[in-house]
Order: sequence, then C-alpha cells, then structure tokens
Amino acid sequence: MITKEDVEHIGWLARIEISEQETVEYMEKLNSVLEYFGQLDELPTEDVVPTYHVAEIYNVFREDIVEECLPQETVLANTEYKQDGTFRVPKIG
Amino acid sequence: MAKWMSVAQVKEKIIEDSAEEVTARYLEVIGKSKVNGYTKVSEKALEHARRIDSEGHDGPLAGVPIAIKDNISVVGLPNSCGSKILEGYVPPFNAHVIEKLLSAGAVILGKTNMDEFAMGSSTETSYFGPTANPWDLERVPGGSSGGSAAVVAAGEAPFALGSDTGGSVRCPAAFCGVVGLKPTYGAVSRYGVVAYANSLEQVGPLANNVADIAILMDVIAGYDGRDSTSIDSKIEYQKALVDDVKGLKIGVPKEFFGEGIHPDVEKAVWNAIHKYESLGATWEEVSMPNIKYALASYYIIAMSEASSNLARFDGTRYGFRESGENWHAMVSKTRAEGFGTEVKRRILLGTYALSAGYHDKYYLKALKVRTLVKQDFDKALAKVDLLMAPTMPNPAFKIGEKIEDPLTLYLSDVNTCPINLAGVPSVSVPCGLTDGLPIGLQIMGKPFDEPTVLRAAYTFEQNTDYHTKRPPEVA
Repeated sequence: MITKEDVEHIGWLARIEISEQETVEYMEKLNSVLEYFGQLDELPTEDVVPTYHVAEIYNVFREDIVEECLPQETVLANTEYKQDGTFRVPKIG
Repeated sequence: MAKWMSVAQVKEKIIEDSAEEVTARYLEVIGKSKVNGYTKVSEKALEHARRIDSEGHDGPLAGVPIAIKDNISVVGLPNSCGSKILEGYVPPFNAHVIEKLLSAGAVILGKTNMDEFAMGSSTETSYFGPTANPWDLERVPGGSSGGSAAVVAAGEAPFALGSDTGGSVRCPAAFCGVVGLKPTYGAVSRYGVVAYANSLEQVGPLANNVADIAILMDVIAGYDGRDSTSIDSKIEYQKALVDDVKGLKIGVPKEFFGEGIHPDVEKAVWNAIHKYESLGATWEEVSMPNIKYALASYYIIAMSEASSNLARFDGTRYGFRESGENWHAMVSKTRAEGFGTEVKRRILLGTYALSAGYHDKYYLKALKVRTLVKQDFDKALAKVDLLMAPTMPNPAFKIGEKIEDPLTLYLSDVNTCPINLAGVPSVSVPCGLTDGLPIGLQIMGKPFDEPTVLRAAYTFEQNTDYHTKRPPEVA
C-alpha cells in the first residue's frame, strides 16, 4: 500500500506537481492498480531471465562519421523561450 | 464516387478523374464528419494532390490519400499526441514511415485523434475530446488509434496508420469493423513516432480490407538505421494475398476465451474457426498458462518505460510551458497542467515501479513474466501455424462507461497486450456483428510470419462478407 507521503515523493521524482486533494485521489487509484499487479507474486520466477525486448539484436554500431543534423534555427523554432541560440529556462535553484 | 473504396478503386478513380478530385471528395466527407476522428486536417492535401496530377508520380500510392495518427511526425502538421503539453508543436522532420509514404506518392489528409500519448483503449483521454464510433455515435471507437479506425470505418480515408503498444491498432479495428495489423516488433521503423513504451510498440496499418493492409506494409516496412531495433525482413506482403488455407494448423488458446467474454463474440470467433475448417485448415485447442499474468506484466513494463520516455516533456524545447520561480517548479507545473489524469497516473506508477526498493518487486518481476509469456507463444506456435482468438472480449462500450476506473479500462486489453510482450504479428479482421456492433477475429503468427497471418486473413475475407458491412449511421 502506498501512502500520501509516497505519492508526494513519486510526484517529486516524476516532476509532477500534485495538490493536496489530488494526493488522496491518486493514492486510492494507484493502490487499486498496485493491488492488481500483486498477483504476479504467486508466480515463481527465481530461475527466469528477464526479457527487456524481443528483437534478436544486441549491439548496434555505425561508422563514427558526422552526418547532417537539423539547423539550429529549426531546432529552436518550436519555442518562444530562447536566447543567443540556446533554450532559455528559469534558474535551477 | 463511392464512399468506401479499396486502394485499387481509389487508384482507378485517380486515373479516371484526378488525384485532386479524389482528395477533394475525401475532404468533403471529412467536412461532414460525425465522429471527430481528425485532430487536424491538412491544408496542403489538395495542393499536394494537384502537384501529383501536374508533375506525375510513379509510386505505388501516387495520389492516394491517407490519414496519420497524431503521434507520427509529419513536417508542417502538429504532432500533439492528443495532449495539451504538445500544444503548438510542429515537427521539423518526418517519421521514417512518412518519408516512405511520401516517396510512394501518398497524400496525407491529416492527423487522427488518439488517447493521450496512446495511453488508453477508448480515445476518450484525448485533449481534443473523444472520437465517436461510426457504428453507434454514443460508443467509443476503441483506442488508442481510435481516430484512425473511425475515419477508415466512416469513409473519411481509404486507409490510415496507427500505432500499437498493447492493442492500440487491433482494438479500434475490432470496435470499428475494419482490418488492423500489429506487425512483428522490428518490422517497421519507429523513427519519428513519439515513444510511449518502446520495447512494445509498432506502427501498424488500418484499412477496409486485407489487401490494402498488405499494400501499405510493402511501403512502410523495412530496415531503417535510425531505429536500433529495426530488422530487414525482406517480406513481400502482397505476395501473401493467396486464397488458400488448406493444411494450415490453427491453435485456439482457451485462455483468450476467459471470464466475461460476450457470448456473441465467442460464437462469432468459433464460427470463423469453423469456416477455416471448411476451407481445409485444421484446428486444435492449445494452452498458454501464463497468459493470465500478461496484463499485469504488460502494464508494469509499459508504465515504467513511459515514465522514462515522457520525461522529455518538460516545457523547455517545445509545446506548452507554465511559469515557475525556478527550473523544478516550472517543469513540475508544466507537467501537472500539460498532462491529463491518465498519463500522470501511468507516469507516477511507472516511476514507483522503477524506484529504489520497488524495482525488483515490480519492474524486474514483470520482465521475467514477459519471458514466460513469450515462451507460451513459442511453444504454442511450434505446434501450430497460427493462433486465433477474439481481439476484444466485448463489443464497443459507451463513451464515459469505463473512464472513471482505470483498472476496468486496463482489463479490456487482456487479449491484445500479450502479443506485444511476445512481439509477434497479429491482425484483427471483422468476423460478425452483435446488436449492430462489429466483432474482431484476432489472428496471431510467428515472428516475421506476416505472410501466413495475412494469407489466413485474406482467405477469410474472400470467403465471407463481414468486411463489406458499413456503419449505417454514417452511410
């Protein structure tokens, strides 16, 4: 069972602001889903290897050559927050 | 011009009239739409069609219109993924599948509605409001590619692209009475497709018949170095369109006919299996004991991958931004305001499943269960050529009916999500109606054995008339 404090902590980790009222709503809905996930506990898996993906591909390499990329102005075209060829954001702390 | 046309008929019409007239006719039908299937209709479609008329084009889809799900990047058209957080974002590059379509001569009609970031089975979580099912406007079209399925079913596009992470092509195909294919993982490049859960998803076609699915696959499938999971299978999809299933061995996994299945769905699927038998195929029951754990495993993996993939939406480089006194506040407020409830729920659950102390209990456990589900498919498909089951256990539900309880909605993916865990190909084809609502037959095959899957689907279509049924409400 996750608590209100857990929801607040996860919200911080995921960088999603959650209001006091939302915390309770999330707690209830998330617990009902986690309870459902709990059914996996009944299945023994000690000797089973995990499957991260099913493509039978391992290392994918390419030649280390510079290829054409998007021009700076194109990359910056989707935001109004920019300055001197960079994205502009508020200070960290 | 007929409202519903195959790609072959569209091409005839283009020769008879012009690409411009054909596109104009589709735009006219879209203008009278009752389903809210498009989030954006392209203002350049007519001009593009006109250019194909004047300059000529020798591609296999010269002048043929198509609709694209709103999570596949098209230069010059918004790519909103049904979310406020991507408000105003216009991709500066085309997805690999769009490059392929454009060089084949296709005309893009517009972008289609979807559950926000493809997280849903009903297309109700879109920022642009729900899409209606053309068969009953009070019902959902399925999801998350609900817009793509609805516009094909409503005659607003001859075919469309969707994406399928846990059933997002096959579920709406079943609910809207069209054909939808989830290709083998790796068959179609995901470059330029906004990632939800990248170890599970594939771009897939939706159309009114199996031949059009094969035509589209011949265009979009193939190797792309920009997707590190891309595999060159060298399959020629249209060659699979053979009306013959003699000697084919079909497995019927009883776990896909579980509790809560609608009796008419069960009956329609068995009728289909018996039809195959009458056409010379054989069938046997097979058991896949770990299927009952697939849904939980699928959701843990999908949410975990989503929590990582969606970290990029932080208001910095594109889309919606909320102001905040510092970086963390800006990002946290932007994501609180920009994402809808279901997306936030999945990010929070995924973050939790990956967090210190819970990683082994949830994420690692789910990956191990994935191995067991994959082994069930391997074992079953070693004995038989194909597996057949209902795509959805029930027909389309009412808009608003399931949206309040996430778990109820998740349970509707029970027959589709195991396929994504295993990465195998699977197609949904119409196999009947119940109370005027379509039922989908799901045909699953071995990895990269789309030819057998499509051959079976094509043969069914050639010997039945379910795929010719049209929704009366939009006729």
